[in-house]
This record gives sequence, C-alpha cells and structure tokens, in this order.
Amino acid sequence: MEKTVLIEKLKVIIEPYIQDEDAFKNLTETTDFVKDLKINSANLVDIILDIEDAFDIRLENEDMEQMLNVKAAIEIVQSKQNSK
Amino acid sequence: MTDKEIIAKLPYQAPFLFVDAIEALSENGLTGSYTFKSDEYFYKGHFKNHPVTPGVILTECMAQIGLVSLGIYLLRNEHVLNSNIQVALTSHQIDFYLPVFPNEKVTVISEKEYFRFNKLKCKVKMFNRNDELVCRGVISGMLKVLQDEE
Repeated sequence: MEKTVLIEKLKVIIEPYIQDEDAFKNLTETTDFVKDLKINSANLVDIILDIEDAFDIRLENEDMEQMLNVKAAIEIVQSKQNSK
Repeated sequence: MTDKEIIAKLPYQAPFLFVDAIEALSENGLTGSYTFKSDEYFYKGHFKNHPVTPGVILTECMAQIGLVSLGIYLLRNEHVLNSNIQVALTSHQIDFYLPVFPNEKVTVISEKEYFRFNKLKCKVKMFNRNDELVCRGVISGMLKVLQDEE
C-alpha cells in the first residue's frame, strides 16, 4: 500500500482519540501519538486494535512499544503486510 | 488462584473497598458481590435524611469487582500475588435503572471483551437481591504487574 494512502487510512483511525486538534491538522510522519496528539495509553490500545482490524494484521507487545509516532506505525503496518 | 487471594490483592481498604466475595471466575468473566452497610460514610450526605447509594459508588463497586478483581485473576501467571499491581480506570459508560439502599446486597457480573496490551475492557452488570438489573455498562482500565526493581 502506498504511504500517502496508508497515512490517510491511519488518520481516520486515530481521529476519534486525539486530544490536540492543531497537532492533528498538522500531522506529519514525525507526529508523536502521546506527546503531540495527547492520546492516553488506553486509547493507544484502541488505535492498535483498530489498526489490526483495518489492515488485517496481528500486532504484538514489541510492535506496540515501537509504535510511538506516525512513521513507526507506517513501517510496522507495511512490514506486517509484506510478511503475510 | 482463590477468591480470598484476589480480594487480598485488591489495592483498596475500608471505607473504599466494595467487594465482599467472588463467587465465580473464569478466563472470560467473573461474578462477585457486596452488601452496602447502613453506616457507609457517604449515606450521611447522599441524600440529606434519605440515604441512597451514589451512582459513582455503584460504578466503583462494578469496577472493583468487574474490572480489577477479574484483572488480578487474568494476571495470575505474571506473579501478581507476589508483586504490586498498578491500576488505572480509563473509561466507563454506565446506565442506571434502580436505586440501591443501605443494607442491600448487590451482585456484579462481568464479561471480558478483551485484555490486550494491559488494557482490560469489560461489559459489567449489577443486580439486586431480587435479580433485578440495577445498572450496566462498559468499563475499561489499564492493569499491570509492577516488576520488582533489581
């Protein structure tokens, strides 16, 4: 999947959980889920579960630990999809 | 793991422990009960001369039985009995149907939706002694075993 398409798909998933609207409007690859978007740990889990459903992949604890920003999320989703 | 071990592991004490007994437990859910004593501290103020159990306390009772007690059981393979547990309520959505008065026993039935990445989400219902639905809803929290620092 192309990166721009992937980012758009990701944005739809994370929008319900963000607390910082401005950071979301200016979202880039380096946007941090917790520091920038002010998402809490419980909603981060919701995002992970929604990503699993949307991309039909299974994420593990180490994926969760690495998934700190948009770039890391994209890389993890792409690598999981490629290894399917 | 026994019901007594779970209750002993709960991070609450009087006057804010709202679990008397755990009656059934499994990987997918748990049933427990509590009897609201006539001298609970909140009856003095809720309401003036008319004691009724506050909704927030019913929610707390549902969370202590349905979320935290179940969470301790689900963490039993992570040496939870010998470690400290960290608990944070992260969201709840509860609808209330009937009041609960002093000396009433309530039974809480919890059903696990998922427990992944330390987040436990449960469907929880509370019934009174006549088996009437008192309240129900969804409660989520983050639960993890704190590893001893070396």
